Amino acid sequence: MPANRFNGHCDYGIGIGLRVPHYSHILSKKPVVDWFEIISENFMVEGGRPLVLLDKILEQYRVVQHGVSMYFGSADKPDRTHLRRLKSLVKRTKTPWLSDHLCWGSVDGTYTHDLLPMPYTFAAARRTAEKIRQVRDYLEIPICVENVSSYAEFHASEMTEWEFLTEVVELADCGILLDVNNIYVSSKNHRFNPYDYVNNIPHDRVGQMHIAGHTKFEKYILDTHDHPVLDPVWKLYAHATRLCGISATLLEWDDKIPSFDEVHNEALKANEFIDGAKKAAV
Amino acid sequence: MKRPPKHAPERIGSTDELRLFQRMMATAVTRPLDANDHLQSKWIDGRPMEKVAAEFIKPNDRLTSFERLQLYNQMYWFRLFDAIRDDCPGLLAALGERAFGRLAQAYLAKYPSRSFTLRNLSSRLVQFIRERPSLTAPRTALALEIARFEWAQTVAFDGEARPVVSAAFLARTPPGRLRLGLQPYVTLLSLRHPIDNFVISVKRRDAMRSEASNTPDSTVAVWKPVRRVPLPRPSSTFVAVHRHDNRLFYKRLDPAAFRILEALSRGSTLSRAIVTAGPGVKPARVRNWFKAWMALGWFCARGNKRGRSAS
Repeated sequence: MPANRFNGHCDYGIGIGLRVPHYSHILSKKPVVDWFEIISENFMVEGGRPLVLLDKILEQYRVVQHGVSMYFGSADKPDRTHLRRLKSLVKRTKTPWLSDHLCWGSVDGTYTHDLLPMPYTFAAARRTAEKIRQVRDYLEIPICVENVSSYAEFHASEMTEWEFLTEVVELADCGILLDVNNIYVSSKNHRFNPYDYVNNIPHDRVGQMHIAGHTKFEKYILDTHDHPVLDPVWKLYAHATRLCGISATLLEWDDKIPSFDEVHNEALKANEFIDGAKKAAV
Repeated sequence: MKRPPKHAPERIGSTDELRLFQRMMATAVTRPLDANDHLQSKWIDGRPMEKVAAEFIKPNDRLTSFERLQLYNQMYWFRLFDAIRDDCPGLLAALGERAFGRLAQAYLAKYPSRSFTLRNLSSRLVQFIRERPSLTAPRTALALEIARFEWAQTVAFDGEARPVVSAAFLARTPPGRLRLGLQPYVTLLSLRHPIDNFVISVKRRDAMRSEASNTPDSTVAVWKPVRRVPLPRPSSTFVAVHRHDNRLFYKRLDPAAFRILEALSRGSTLSRAIVTAGPGVKPARVRNWFKAWMALGWFCARGNKRGRSAS
């Protein structure tokens, strides 16, 4: 959906991730970009250069916060200090919505700094939804949860990943950040049809999409974010856009980062598929 | 992290069972890699790891349960090694790859991350080097100083800045009652080696290597051994690691100036702190030091009142 209650009723277009190698280009050339996605944790600091740079970006651009450490799926309770810091950043950026991953990564206060896959069970879905509600109530902004790429599946799982995602977002009444690259990566690693995934989620809850590149190895695919988007991912994105509507779309490029223009031009390729979806809808 | 269960729960029907499952997986993911950078072949109770992994992870047509778990185990360690190498280039240069690798693995095994951000990953490294001097011998004293210096850089980069005390506040408070705080992002270091120069040299070398590797024809460049930065020779060094205009700086301090700042940071009144400089230091020099420190914005109110009484 272009603008819905899960993305603060914003129609944001195509954005890219704000990354350190591009700071000086962005601040000096002031390129036209629909919006930037920031990694919240990079700015949840007490002072110094990160916040000064962020304020300069906020003077010129729309910014949406994306987190990597909320760990909605961890059994631990949300960390109060973490939430206070996050809320302070939310007030600073005025992000219309906030996203983080449908995963876990910490237990008993020890952090793995990874996005670990969930066991897809009803009890885990209930716990995860409860935490999403708690975080949303505290932060007072809409939340979208992102499907992660994964390399392992668990015997304890009681449903498919897309059924689990649906269960969580319905129970939490939150949005989805649909990462089509992650769906593609996981579909190859676990041998499912990625179109089944996209076809069977609640499309009206999609508030944002992610696209990215990945790396193929002999026995698995890794979600490396260090390449342009590959054709099968673009096709899946086009399909998702036809079903979900034209959502705010963000290209992730986090390693071997090329020039700003190269990253931005890669992101703008999404327009071709958006145009296709528009024509198909007429 | 608490000890994992003997077996991962077969079904996860409650938050408690989810927690047990996550303890099991997290313990496996964070266990040190073996000498070949693989998942260890035995579990903590001595059972074959292949058997333990198969209890909770499904295999697929290309990878065993063990191999799937190993992917996460390797990604965990490679990510943390990258982060700690980025934070501690000086320590890496002083110890060398192998010794630094052993230190990092032992440190992260004993003190895994307790923070949501990798920024804090090396926050307990100084403590660990003191606890396990054999890992840095015979350069433990040097390693400790470099680790203190490199953590001070992290603090200076994005540490809290409190409201600066005003000149009017200083003027109206008698020196016998005036207590000043030092900005949380400023770290005073009394060192036996010129670590600042050493770290600058390492950063310059690494920057040159990085530039060289980004040249368009780097794929055909002739391989050259990494130039070793000479270790610093002993020499008393007093330095403040701080930031100014949001850039990182190392400011060398006169020993007397260091004593004054250290006394202030411990809570001494201004008049008592100045006495620590010693009788040989002329008042004009002390005035100039304070002028510079005020210009740098180093002084704030003491405690948690965030300068309320210091404006």
